[in-house]
Amino acid sequence: MNSRGARSIVFSVLVLFVLSSCSSAPSSGGPAADAGGVVKLQGAGASFPAPLYTKWFKTYSSAHQNVQIDYQSVGSGSGVKSVIDKTVDFGASDAAMKPEDMQKVDVGVQLLPMTAGAIVLTYNLKDVPGLKLSRKAYAGIFLGEVKKWNDPLIAQANPGLKLPDQPINVVVRADSSGTTFVFTKHLSAISEKFAQNPGANNMPNWAVGTKSKGNEGVTASVMTTPGSIGYIEYGYALSQKLPMAVLENKSGNFVAASTESGSAGLASTEMPDDLIAWASDPDMKEAYPIVTYTWMIFYKKYQDKKKLDLLQALLQYCLTDGQKDSEALGYIPLPPAVIEKVKAATQNISLAAS
Amino acid sequence: MAETIEIAQPPSRSQQTVDWFFRKLCLVFAGLSAVLVAFIVLKIVTAAMPAMKQYGLEFLTGTTWDPNKDQFAVLPEIWGTLYTAVLALIVGSAFGLAAAIFLSEGYLAETVFRLLRIFDLDASPSWSRLPDQVELLLKNLIELLAAIPSVVYGLWGLFVVIPMLRPVCNWMHDRMSWFPLFSTDLSGPGVLPASLVLSIMILPTITAISRDALTSVPPKIRMAAYGMGATRWETILAVLVPTASRGIIGGIILAFGRALGETMALAMLVGNANVINLSLFSPANTLAALLANNFPEARGKEIGVLMYAAVVLLAITMLVNAIGSMIIQRASAGMEGAK
Amino acid sequence: MSRTDTTFSSMPDLNPFEGVDFSELDRSLRRPRTLFSVAMSGVVTLMTMLALIPLFSVVLMLLWRGGRKLSLAVFAQLPPAPLEQGGGFGNALEGTLIIVALSMIISVPLGILSAVYLAESEAGNRFANLVRFTAKTLTGFPSILAGVFAYSAVVLVTGGFSAVAGAVAVSILMLPTIMLTAEDAIRMVPAKMKEAAIGMGATKTQTAWMVMLPTALPGILTGVMLAVARGAGETAPLIFTALFSNYWPVSGGHMNLMQATPSLAVLIYNFAGMPFQNQVELAWAAALVLVLMVLITNLIGQSLSRRRAR
Repeated sequence: MNSRGARSIVFSVLVLFVLSSCSSAPSSGGPAADAGGVVKLQGAGASFPAPLYTKWFKTYSSAHQNVQIDYQSVGSGSGVKSVIDKTVDFGASDAAMKPEDMQKVDVGVQLLPMTAGAIVLTYNLKDVPGLKLSRKAYAGIFLGEVKKWNDPLIAQANPGLKLPDQPINVVVRADSSGTTFVFTKHLSAISEKFAQNPGANNMPNWAVGTKSKGNEGVTASVMTTPGSIGYIEYGYALSQKLPMAVLENKSGNFVAASTESGSAGLASTEMPDDLIAWASDPDMKEAYPIVTYTWMIFYKKYQDKKKLDLLQALLQYCLTDGQKDSEALGYIPLPPAVIEKVKAATQNISLAAS
Repeated sequence: MAETIEIAQPPSRSQQTVDWFFRKLCLVFAGLSAVLVAFIVLKIVTAAMPAMKQYGLEFLTGTTWDPNKDQFAVLPEIWGTLYTAVLALIVGSAFGLAAAIFLSEGYLAETVFRLLRIFDLDASPSWSRLPDQVELLLKNLIELLAAIPSVVYGLWGLFVVIPMLRPVCNWMHDRMSWFPLFSTDLSGPGVLPASLVLSIMILPTITAISRDALTSVPPKIRMAAYGMGATRWETILAVLVPTASRGIIGGIILAFGRALGETMALAMLVGNANVINLSLFSPANTLAALLANNFPEARGKEIGVLMYAAVVLLAITMLVNAIGSMIIQRASAGMEGAK
Repeated sequence: MSRTDTTFSSMPDLNPFEGVDFSELDRSLRRPRTLFSVAMSGVVTLMTMLALIPLFSVVLMLLWRGGRKLSLAVFAQLPPAPLEQGGGFGNALEGTLIIVALSMIISVPLGILSAVYLAESEAGNRFANLVRFTAKTLTGFPSILAGVFAYSAVVLVTGGFSAVAGAVAVSILMLPTIMLTAEDAIRMVPAKMKEAAIGMGATKTQTAWMVMLPTALPGILTGVMLAVARGAGETAPLIFTALFSNYWPVSGGHMNLMQATPSLAVLIYNFAGMPFQNQVELAWAAALVLVLMVLITNLIGQSLSRRRAR
C-alpha cells in the first residue's frame, strides 16, 4: 500500500472515530450529566481558593463512586461571567458578586462563603527577622510616601533591628486579581489618602511599585531583589516558607498571620443574612488585619436532580470535614457560627420545578 | 499510483467536472477564511463599541489606566507593543536569517563530510548518510524552539534571563545613563528581557521559512554565480537572498505578527508598567499583555474597554501589514528574476 | 604556488595559459573578497550557535527542574491534589492530542486549499488580495483573544466548555501560518513544471494534486509543523474554551468531545503558579513532554514527506 493510500485510510478512520464520539446536546443550567451514570459538576472562578477546592473535590470524588467534580481557576470575573452565561454548574469569586450581576441570572444565585484567607507582606531584607510594620508604615510604603527602609515610621516599631539605608522596592500585582482587591480594600479602610487615590480595585493605579504577574511572579521579584516588599496570599507564603511581616491591627497590637489570628479577624465581622461580609479592618485584639472570605456561587434552582443531590452532599462535606484541610494549605477555617448560617442557606438551592 | 494520465490528451468530461468542483472548493475555502476573519473582527468591534463611544480617541493618546476613576488609555501599551516587536524583529531576523543561511549552505554537512573523508569513511554505506542526518538534526533543533510553550518561555525569562541580564544592564546603566537607551536600571522585568525572549520565540519561524526559500532556489542559479567567479558570500548576498526574498519576507511578516500579538510570555516579562520610555531596561506594557492580565477578572464595562484595546491591536497589525506590503511591492518590482 | 599545464609545456606557442599566473587563481585570504566570504561564514556559524544556546538553556532548565518526575507512572496517573505526592498528567497529554488533532482537522484543509486558491490567483485579483490581507491580519491575533472569541462563538452556543471550542480557538492561531506558508511554498514551485503538466493536457486540479502540492510539500509541512508547535503550547485560548479536567477524557472506550478537556498547556499554567513542590515539578515535566511530543510529530511529518518524495 503506498503512503497516499495509507494516509487517506488513517484520515478516514480518524474522522469516523471523531464523528462517532461526538455526543451530548446543549442544555441549560450547565452541562448535562454524562450518560454513563457518572454525575459531573463543573466549576470555574477565583484562583485564590483553587488549591483548597481542588483538594476537596479530589478527596470527595475518590471516596464516592461515579462522581467527577472539576474546578478550574479562570479568575473571579470570568467565574462570575460563566455563572451568568450558564456554562458552569457553579462559580467562585473573591469579590462576591455585584447586585447588577446577580440580577442577570434568571433563576437567582446563592453565594456561600466556603473558606477564608489572609494576605501577608513578604520582604527581602538580610538579617531582619520578624519585621514589624505599623499601619502608617505599610500604608505609607504602598502609597510611595515611605521610601527607605530606615524611615523613622518603620524604625520606631523595630527598635532592636538594624534597618539598611536602602530604598524600598515595592512589588505589586501586574494582573488584575481578587487578592489585590482585598488588599486595597483594607488599605483604603486604614488610610483616607489611599482610599482617594488609588482606591480599592482589582487593578488599581498604584502610585509606586514594579509589577509582577501572579503570586509566583511577586515572590520571584521579591526574592531576587534585596530590599523588596510585596503582598501575597498567606497560603502561598506558608508553603514556600517565606518571611512575613508582623502587622499592626486596629487595636494597636502587632499580630503575625496565623490560623488563630485570621479567625479572630473574621470573628470581628458579623455575617449578614446574604452571607456577604467584608472584614476590611478587624478590631479584635488578636486579629490579623488583612483577611477575607471567598465565596462559591450556586444557582438557586438546578434542573438535574442527580447534580443537585451531589451538590448538597458536597457542600455538607466541605463545610464539615473539608474545613480540616484549611489549615495545612494556609486557609482559615470558617468560624462555627458562620458554618451554621451557611448550612442553613444551602436549603435555598433546590430543584427547578419541571 | 492508481490513476495514469495518457500523455498529451485534452481532459475528459469527468476530469473537467472534478476540476471545476475542486477549483470552486478552493475558492469557497478561501472565502471562508476571509469570512471567518471578518466575523472575528466584527464580534470584537461590536463588543468594543460602547467603550469606543465613551472614551473616543483619548483612549489612544492618554497614559493613565485607572479603573477607579474610570480613566482608561493605552498609549503606553501601543508604544510598548511596537517597541518590543521591532526590537525582537531586528534581533530575531538577524539570527534567524543567519541560521537559515547556515542551514541552506550546508556548512555542517560539509564539515562532517570532510571529517569522514579524513577517516576514509565518506563512501561507506553506514556512514555516508551522516552529513545529511546531522543537517536534519540541526534543522529539527532550531524548529524545536517553536515547540516550547509560551508559559515556559515566560518562566525561563524570569528565572534565567533576568538574573543573567541584571548585573550587565545595571553596570551599563551606571556607566552610561546619559544614553537614552540605558537611562533606567533593570529592576526586574523590562523591555530588554522581554524583547530578547520574544526574538527567540520568533526565530524558528524566520529560520524555517527562510531556509525553505533559500533551498528552493534552483541550483543552476547558484552554479551560474559560482561559474562567474563569485565567492560563496557574494552569491548568497547578491543572488540567493534576493531570489528567495519573497519567502524570506513572508517569514518575517509572520514573525512580526507573532511578535505583536504574543501574550503569555510578555505578560510575565515586560513589567506591565504604564510608562513610555526609550530605555531598554525600563518596564513597559503591551496591548496583548494588558489583555492577558486584565481579562480574567474583568466584568461588564471593563470587558468593553479591553475589547477596545484589542481593536487597537488589530488596527496596528493591519497597518503594519499594509505598510509592509507597499514596501515589498516597491522593492520587489526589480527583483523577481529569472526562474 | 605556480602551476603550469604540463600538456602544453612542450608546445609553448599553443599554450593558452601563456603568461597566466596561476597563483592568482588560488583561494587566498589576502584577497578582500575571499576574506569577506570566510569572515561572513564564521559570523553566521557563530550566530547559529548562539541561536541554539537558548534551546539548550530551556531544555536544561526543564530537565533540571522536572526531570526527576519523568517516569512511566506520570503518563498513567491523574493530576495530584495539593500536598499530595505522586500523580501525573496522562489525562492532560490525551487532551492535548485530542485538541491538536481537532485543530488540525479544522485548519489544515482550510489553510492549504485556501493557499492553493491564492497561489493560483493573479497578482491583481482583488478577492485574493483581500483573503491574503485578512490572513495577515490574523497573524498578530493575541492568543487570549482567540479564546475569548471561541468562548462567545462556541461555548455560549453549545452551553458548555468543550474540546471542540478549544480546537476552534487554536485553529484561529494556526490558520494564518499554514495558509501563508503554503501559498509561498506553492508559488515557489518552478513555473516550468506547472506548464509542462498543462501542456500534457492536465486540468488545473490534476496539476495541483500531482505536481504542485507534492513539490511544495516540504514547505507546506514546515508551515503545518510550526503551526502545530505553537498551537500545542498555547494556554490562553484553552482556558476559556476547553477549561480543564482532572479526569480522563477517554474513559471506557468512549470519548466525549463536548466536555471540558484537560491539556498540557493549561496544566503547566495551573501548576507552575502553585506553591507546592510536587505540582511545580510536574509542570516542568509536562513542559518537557510537550516539547518532546512536538519533536516526535515533526519527525513523523518529515519521514512521511520523504517517503512520498521517493
